Amino acid sequence: MIGAAWNGARAFTATSGPGISLMQEFLGLAYFAEIPAVLFDVQRGSPSTGMPTRTQQADLLSCAYASHGDTRHVLLFPEDPRECFELGALAFDLADRLQTPVFVMLDLDIGMQDWLCEPLAWDDRKTMDRGKVMSAQELDAGRDFGRYLDVDGDGIPWRTYPGTHPSKGSYFTRGTTKDRYARYTEEGPAYVDNMQRLLRKFETARALLPRPEITNASQPATAGVIWFGSTGAAMAESLAELERRGIHLDRMRIRAFPFHDSVAEFIAAHEHVFVVEQNRDAQLKMLLVNECRIDPARLSSVLHYDGTPITERMITREIAEQARLFVPGLGFQRPGIRKVS
Amino acid sequence: MTYLAKPRLHHPELPKNALGYTRRDYEGAISTLCAGCGHDSISAAIIQAFFDLDIAPHRVAKLSGIGCSSKTPTYFLGNSHGFNSVHGRMPSVLTGAALANRDLIYLGVSGDGDSASIGLGQFAHVLRRGVNMVYIVENNGVYGLTKGQFSATADRGSRSKRGAANNDEPIDLVLLALALGATFVARGFSGDKAQLVPLIKAAVMHRGAAFIDVISPCVAFNNHPGSTKSYDYVREHNEAVNRLDFMPEREPIGVEYPDGGTSDVVLHDGGLLRLRKLDAGYDPSDKVQAMSFLEAHRARGEVVTGLLYLHADSDDMHAALQTVDAPLNALSDADLVPGNAALGGVNASLR
Ligand SMILES: Cc1ncc(C[n+]2csc(CCOP(=O)(O)OP(=O)(O)O)c2C)c(N)n1
Ligand code: SF4
Ligand SMILES: [Mg+2]
Repeated sequence: MIGAAWNGARAFTATSGPGISLMQEFLGLAYFAEIPAVLFDVQRGSPSTGMPTRTQQADLLSCAYASHGDTRHVLLFPEDPRECFELGALAFDLADRLQTPVFVMLDLDIGMQDWLCEPLAWDDRKTMDRGKVMSAQELDAGRDFGRYLDVDGDGIPWRTYPGTHPSKGSYFTRGTTKDRYARYTEEGPAYVDNMQRLLRKFETARALLPRPEITNASQPATAGVIWFGSTGAAMAESLAELERRGIHLDRMRIRAFPFHDSVAEFIAAHEHVFVVEQNRDAQLKMLLVNECRIDPARLSSVLHYDGTPITERMITREIAEQARLFVPGLGFQRPGIRKVS
Repeated sequence: MTYLAKPRLHHPELPKNALGYTRRDYEGAISTLCAGCGHDSISAAIIQAFFDLDIAPHRVAKLSGIGCSSKTPTYFLGNSHGFNSVHGRMPSVLTGAALANRDLIYLGVSGDGDSASIGLGQFAHVLRRGVNMVYIVENNGVYGLTKGQFSATADRGSRSKRGAANNDEPIDLVLLALALGATFVARGFSGDKAQLVPLIKAAVMHRGAAFIDVISPCVAFNNHPGSTKSYDYVREHNEAVNRLDFMPEREPIGVEYPDGGTSDVVLHDGGLLRLRKLDAGYDPSDKVQAMSFLEAHRARGEVVTGLLYLHADSDDMHAALQTVDAPLNALSDADLVPGNAALGGVNASLR
């Protein structure tokens, strides 16, 4: 995948957690050498071989920060097969545009079970975005080529495909540190310069990625709920049931990492926010706290991780109980972490 | 270590090849390896081979793993794209690259640690898939870059610089390459450029997986008495079974060797390989015989060199996969996107 993408073809791999673990070093290389790559991670349960045929959402952290050193990756979270198709196609454009690995994070429940969903649709006017690729004509016209030069201020450099031009635009791809013209160097300032540009590129990604889907409760609400991926179907039922019980929550379904600015704004606009996810360690919550600088006490988790798909009943029960503790007007107002049985 | 830009002084009288390039056009940055390292001689042989073959430097993609050997692509073909990947995993990167554009020439450069220790699995698969490439292992029996630990190709009983004996059986990459289905297998010695350059040329012109094991002494850590990968040892134990001449089609053929022991092989593109036999009994088209010959000589501590196996009309991975003739990286929206109407068919099939 990395060799093909380096050479200008679109390439992807489909894997699950063990494959992500195995390929950590390559993921760091692709991040640092800036090679487009698309990975479909069908998240199954547990560390190690675990529950290979069961579903979880437990690879968020291992994908978001995959490989050693300072790294950060782009993640997409489809909620059903239709969105897998849409975000899957988009992932190739994003990888080419951003020149970095893009992970499409499926839950095993989406990847391996039959689902009812809207028919797949394609807009025939769409064309592929191959990103910033300099041609032989542009090189001949005298455009300066530095593989890691931030010409446009968005952190994304230009690349050339191997074999483009007899004397211009060739460069050496390596995992060692380099300067803006791809020449080997261990100079501190050149390293920092490059790492800062990679951060700028990550900011560019933030604005390019699919935004969260935000909807309001039927009545003004002081609390909200966040979820992603295959939780959607059970969540819809649960929200209806909670409304019936008088618990009104604004909703946000997250679709990508790095988080769009509206994610932090949604949390800031509510006194308390529930985060529903299918893993033990509240990985989405950790990412939110870490990346959006949020006071963890404003968030509480609903966690399901026994390998079965999450259910409406479980979500409703948990939120109803926690609402008594955390949501003003519905019981005690005592911040704290509630243990989930 | 800093990057050294090499002065490009073009002398008007430098000999040019058919494309108008001089040898300088095939060089790279100045080497930072130890003076006398075998790897630098191999770089020089690569430069010579591509110059002689009249291949435009930018039509070559050079890929490597990690090690002193894997650093060398910086020191030749400066106008080619290069990829210094991760330790032991150049083969998978090269496989992907070769799939993406069948029109370039792929040169993989690796070390014995890179290919026989950490990268043994990848080494196996790139050969058995018949990726169209030249795969060179610069074999010094040690991890040169990390200061001379024995690699998996070090012979049992050979001694380290400090005198410790190696207790493990060596992996013979040539025997392994034969078993794994490489269709061109050779062994050279960095100290014998006259033998090595034609081997590289023939490997480039071969279609399919071409593997060359080049014994390449590490002067810093493995060139002492007691080592079986030192200049002295290899010179004394070198058993060359044949000498190779590669002749592109357009050159007149007709050189005869006095001993009469020659045989010609015509390659896909019409180029001709002329083999001069040095060992009358060695037949490089017979794999089984090659394997027993190699094993017998290895047991005697001899280093067999030359073109060891050739399957002349082999195919490559693209033929096996039946990919289209156009490079995959040149396919457009029209080629790749079937559109909404085709998707309708997919939707219907899922109802
Ligand atoms: C995963 C990993 N493990 C270990 C290393 C450290 N390392 C760098 S080069 C090398 C060995 C290189 O030996 P070889 O391929 O024979 O190359 P040489 O330097 O002898 O030419 C090792 C072990 C590494 N870079 N990556
Ligand atoms: S350490 Fe050995 S292999 Fe590395 S450059 Fe020096 S002589 Fe060559
Ligand atoms: Mg070595």
